[in-house]
Amino acid sequence: MMRRFLLIATPYFWLLALFLVPFAIVFKISLSDAAIARPPYMPQFDWAEGIRAFISQLDFENFVFLTEDDLYWKAYLSSLKIALISTVLTLLVGFPMAYGMARAPTEWRPTLMMLIILPFWTSFLIRVYAWMGILSNEGYLNSVLMWLGVINEPLVILNTNIAVYIGIVYTYLPFMILPIYSTLERLDGSLNEAAEDLGCSRFSAFWLVTVPLSRPGIAAGSFLVFIPALGEFVIPSLLGGSGTLMIGKVLWEEFFSNRDWPVASAVAIILLLILVIPIVLFQRNQQKQQEAEQ
Amino acid sequence: MTVSEFEPWNDPEAKPLIHFQNVTKRFGDFTAIDDLTIDIYEKEFYALLGPSGCGKTTLMRMLAGFETPTEGTIQLAGQDIVGVPPNKRATNMMFQSYALFPHLSIWENIAFGLRREGMAKDKINDRVEEMLRLTRMEKFARRKPHQVSGGQRQRVALARSLAKAPKLLLLDEPLGALDKKLRQDTQFELMDIQEKTGTTFVIVTHDQEEAMTVASRVAVMDHGQIKQVATPAHIYEAPNSVYVADFIGEVNIIDGTASPNGEDTYAVKWCDNHAPLNAASPLPFSEGQKCHLAIRPEKVSISADKPEGAANMVQGKVHDIAYLGNISTYYVELPTGAIIKAQTANTRRIARRSFTWEDTVWLSWTATAGVLLAE
Repeated sequence: MMRRFLLIATPYFWLLALFLVPFAIVFKISLSDAAIARPPYMPQFDWAEGIRAFISQLDFENFVFLTEDDLYWKAYLSSLKIALISTVLTLLVGFPMAYGMARAPTEWRPTLMMLIILPFWTSFLIRVYAWMGILSNEGYLNSVLMWLGVINEPLVILNTNIAVYIGIVYTYLPFMILPIYSTLERLDGSLNEAAEDLGCSRFSAFWLVTVPLSRPGIAAGSFLVFIPALGEFVIPSLLGGSGTLMIGKVLWEEFFSNRDWPVASAVAIILLLILVIPIVLFQRNQQKQQEAEQ
Repeated sequence: MTVSEFEPWNDPEAKPLIHFQNVTKRFGDFTAIDDLTIDIYEKEFYALLGPSGCGKTTLMRMLAGFETPTEGTIQLAGQDIVGVPPNKRATNMMFQSYALFPHLSIWENIAFGLRREGMAKDKINDRVEEMLRLTRMEKFARRKPHQVSGGQRQRVALARSLAKAPKLLLLDEPLGALDKKLRQDTQFELMDIQEKTGTTFVIVTHDQEEAMTVASRVAVMDHGQIKQVATPAHIYEAPNSVYVADFIGEVNIIDGTASPNGEDTYAVKWCDNHAPLNAASPLPFSEGQKCHLAIRPEKVSISADKPEGAANMVQGKVHDIAYLGNISTYYVELPTGAIIKAQTANTRRIARRSFTWEDTVWLSWTATAGVLLAE
């Protein structure tokens, strides 16, 4: 009985300690006021004054502020747009790769899988820096294109949204490929043969059978890319320019440059609320898939 | 009412629906189909029977268009179909795994092929309803394939492949996934549907009982070659080789040398200490030619006393008894060490069986009971 309780309690404890408690702290800060102090907000809880006085000093001022300055909602919208576009781009790049892997001879598949995972062995930061080397005006891409005579002037890619898209697609590609690959790999090849036998061309068999049946994988992959891309900070701050507005970057600046912890916390809380929707959808997708398999 | 025999293969005027001419199929070094020529006639229920790896599935996939022959031609109703893709052929296939589309309802599965033809909506409705009625699946039309039983899935697969009214329906081990009882019921249902729709069926199976039950003709295959094509009765009673005799049902094979001793009868010398066996054969054998005498166990009589006036008799000891309820198979060991199987119907109560293990018994059979085979 005790053992069972411990077993079930572990994930809940994990959630409590590493999600709910930090969330409560961040939420409390978001209701506080900025102060030139250490830590840089107030009120601090004081036993002498009691809990009532403490709570009375909290307010939603910072959340109201977020609606007043259009920087914030623009940053949220821009993040949503960038996350959405890069999810679609990742899908367009990832699906053919997953399809190719699933169609490859069985003995090749572990190698191909290895190649997909291999980039994770290098630090994410180093890989993003490497892209700066490739995409900059004097970078490898421009050198090769100019050497080939395709262009006369270097293309300005680094510090634009294009570089951010390239960075996100590159970084999150494995998260798109792996779930799609795992659904495609399990598909019975005779389904496509049956479709062809019943009058489909190769392409329409693919469109009417393979694509609908890989939908759970496409959904899982898209969520796995969309959710982290929405709050992405490193890629836009390294590859993006001054014109790239993303909420992760705004959050960082609010926190470290302005040292306005309460506003930064409010930004984080809203970001979390926005993310809850796709996360719930993702969970439901996973659940549906599991039910279908039973 | 007179029942005319359905034997287009004996009619020299009849045009075959399917004609394989010297078809060879190689996969790398492996020859799956070896210079094969067969005819399949309209309205036939043609069974391809053989062990796994004998090439029967390759043959069927060539008919469906999933494989092209390395050499030779395949004609469907007089037209060469080599190189015609599967979606342009008047054939449909029922897959071993059924290959039902899991994301579509049973109704949509059956309508799938009709929609690809661009058929009018109300016509599709009528046709799907007709197919659902034929396979008694009307009640399940809205369900998804995973919501019905294995036997029902099998019927949906059949309905889907029949919906486009193909000239030729290919069935790849259609009953393999069903349990024995359901399989037997379904066999008769298949025959019934074949008769009702008048479609030519080609069935691939490794189950000889199934092939014998459903087929008008059975083709026994081995190593990419057809060993014999005949009606089930003919293939059982008059196999043309030891391979076929052994593959279809149970059989005793006695090796020996033949010497003619009358019109179409031969004495088969099989052992130095025993009198030769008498066997009739329409096929000629020369003096001293090696031969194999094949006798079905149910054609061998077993008795405790020496039988009178039998053409062939040998004495032996009951080595083993396989009791199957309705029949028993006796494994009788001859003094030479060879085992002969004899089968009898258990018309008496088991307690009143006249012999048991280790008893000495006589086996006897007539001269026409066995088949004399050269190979």
